[in-house]
Amino acid sequence: MAKKKTIRTIPQERTPVQEQDPKERARNFEEVSLGYRLEEALVEAERCLQCADEPCVRGCPVGIDIPGFIQKITEKHYHGAYDIITDTNLLPSVCGRVCPQENQCEGVCTVGDTLEPVAIGRLERFVGDMAIKEGWANVPYIEPNGYRVGIVGAGPAGMACAADMAKAGCEVVVYEAFHQPGGVLKYGIPDFRLPNDVIDAEIDKLKKLGIRFECNTLVGRLFTIEQMVTEMGFHAVFVGTGAGYPSFMGIPGESLNGVLSANELLTRANLMRARDFPNFDTPLQPGKRVTVIGAGNTAMDAMRVSLRLGAEKVFCIYRRSKAEAPARVEEVHHAEQEGIEFNWLTSPVELLGDDKKAVRAMRCVRMELGEPDDSGRRKPIPVPGSEFEIETDMVVFAIGTNANPILGQTAKLKLNKRGYIQADDSLATSIAGVYAGGDIVTGAATVIQAMGAGRKAARAMKAYLGLRDTDGVYAPDTDDPAGRRFGIPVEEHNFARVRLR
Amino acid sequence: MNVPQSSSFEIVARADFSDVTFLLEVRHPMLAKAAKAGQFVIVMEHEQGERIPLTIADFDRDAGTITLVIQAVGKTTREMQQNCRVGTTLFAVVGPMGIPSHIGGKKKVVCVGGGLGVAPIFPQARAWKESGAYVIGVLGFRNRELVFWEDKFRACCDELILCTDDGSAGIKGLVTEGIKQAIAKHADIEELVAIGPPIMMKGCAEATRPHKIPTMVSLNPVMVDGTGMCGGCRVKIGETVKFACVDGPDFDGHLVDFDDLMARLGRYKTAEKEALERFQESCRIRGDENAPEPVAALDDRPSTDG
Repeated sequence: MAKKKTIRTIPQERTPVQEQDPKERARNFEEVSLGYRLEEALVEAERCLQCADEPCVRGCPVGIDIPGFIQKITEKHYHGAYDIITDTNLLPSVCGRVCPQENQCEGVCTVGDTLEPVAIGRLERFVGDMAIKEGWANVPYIEPNGYRVGIVGAGPAGMACAADMAKAGCEVVVYEAFHQPGGVLKYGIPDFRLPNDVIDAEIDKLKKLGIRFECNTLVGRLFTIEQMVTEMGFHAVFVGTGAGYPSFMGIPGESLNGVLSANELLTRANLMRARDFPNFDTPLQPGKRVTVIGAGNTAMDAMRVSLRLGAEKVFCIYRRSKAEAPARVEEVHHAEQEGIEFNWLTSPVELLGDDKKAVRAMRCVRMELGEPDDSGRRKPIPVPGSEFEIETDMVVFAIGTNANPILGQTAKLKLNKRGYIQADDSLATSIAGVYAGGDIVTGAATVIQAMGAGRKAARAMKAYLGLRDTDGVYAPDTDDPAGRRFGIPVEEHNFARVRLR
Repeated sequence: MNVPQSSSFEIVARADFSDVTFLLEVRHPMLAKAAKAGQFVIVMEHEQGERIPLTIADFDRDAGTITLVIQAVGKTTREMQQNCRVGTTLFAVVGPMGIPSHIGGKKKVVCVGGGLGVAPIFPQARAWKESGAYVIGVLGFRNRELVFWEDKFRACCDELILCTDDGSAGIKGLVTEGIKQAIAKHADIEELVAIGPPIMMKGCAEATRPHKIPTMVSLNPVMVDGTGMCGGCRVKIGETVKFACVDGPDFDGHLVDFDDLMARLGRYKTAEKEALERFQESCRIRGDENAPEPVAALDDRPSTDG
């Protein structure tokens, strides 16, 4: 180990990352953040204190050995850094981009107590992107065990679960209703935040593990969960179908043309490539003055996609204040830079249409914050007499989703009151051998939380199948000080390094 | 049970009923096994195509095929009309989607199909017949030339009333004329099922409302995923809003807000028209002999109300 670093000896400023100019990028779908260059990553990696406490590791839903991989960067041993990350996280390029690090690893970083925290997410992305560029992949030594595992949904939860089960030696088939795997990474998160070729590169790695993806397969209707267990020979099943079913508010005018869910806007623009209409066939009549209701990450994506589709003006309508906005700080910041007009403490009352039943305006009311509600946030209350109109030709609802009803309609899975799948602490459902995780259990959350759930379920599935759990799921109590995990020295990872190209 | 194939769904048969209506039989054994009357599939013809919902017009569990009947009205369906030949494949077919129609427990039912609804009403009529009901079929076409599947319907209907705009086959008039005849003759009709253009289904619902005959209609609004995820297919049913893809596609015709449905069906009209015009132009440039006539815009949807 190098000489002990202190808060005084490390670089004091967080290393900024190069970004596309806001004015320019607001009109293209190229990635906003260009990512760290080698020299920038080296400087930022020096900022990690290598503290003994490692709060960042506990702050990470999948428990990446963060000081470990950063140490490898400082040693210029990048492949080693990649080995450490892929021990617990199969999608570093994805997570480095879309995780809400400020609430997770970076939010609890020791350096952050005094200075700006270490840019862990950017460093993770740096390593992940280098692996894609260099064609690195770590393929574990897999000994087939004869078990077959079926995964329902090829989004982040399903992909994470599939990877763990494949590494354990199971034959894994992932079913996806869409024509491409990736789930929300493909249909929801736009290219300028997470390029599709990054997702495809990560999916290729999963295929290298022997995982088979079967698209165009609507589980529940083409065959049921019960059939997977009884007729199709799956010894265990994981359900990670996502939340589905977007919410609307029930205000007058919601069925006017030009009113749609963020899911519809994003799916048309991203997965179906309506942004390349008419070269791709899916239409999307983009608005000139677009109003997006909500202030989560999905809302930010919808607004920034609208700008790139040619909107002249994009408004955000949110009933609480900026402090309560659920989106990542970075996303709100990027949206502001690109010229989104935020209307905090504002709520829509009615959508007004023209004689062709197309939306022409939104009537809104100003809000003020009252007493704290059940969520602990101050409850917004309408200000009497503050109503006003915004002229708009496209209204996008990004206020969350409800449980997708298909599996409830077709399987005897026990659901909770809100229609989500009921799962115990190990993510086991009411059907033996069937596990569930991600948004279909918790309601809408983040990509990394879904991946964490997929891995947690995989652990329980391995226990259910009687398989030894050795592949590095982080568990502080089993981590001995000598850096051995589950009795396996860190230097002897259970995989072979290969080159994809 | 075999695992389904994730791509390339082979077309094993094709028939053309008119210059705009054609039938495709697609190999998909699992789907054929799972499909029930009233369900639909989403199809992408090629990788850059759009996802279009099509009601399953028939399924053959022994042969492992499903049948789709398509009206070439927009860019995608015209392109399919040109490209889909026996031996070619579709890029994506996913389903069966939607809640199957509730069939059984009724002694006498009327099954109404008009325009693009003639084919999808067939599995309903057959299922009702199999459930032991007395089935009265009412089918609407523009003229005798365009009539198809008459023999298939005769095989599963106890009575069949053909309606044509010009009276060249069956009675002269819309399907609502046929419904009036059926109601006049049978006082004990327990349910009417109608599939067709929204304006036709609205007419059917109005025809049965005074007689308080329960009426089910199958809605086909604009969809993307077909799994409840986009909400594009939301429809007003009485005071509530439902997603046709996962809450339907069958709904109580007396509660459906058809005007709302029709307004929403037209929401991508400008883009759809642009796509169609570009497609026609590209066909002409290629000198394609089968190029579609350049005149038809979406306002001229053929055979709109049976």
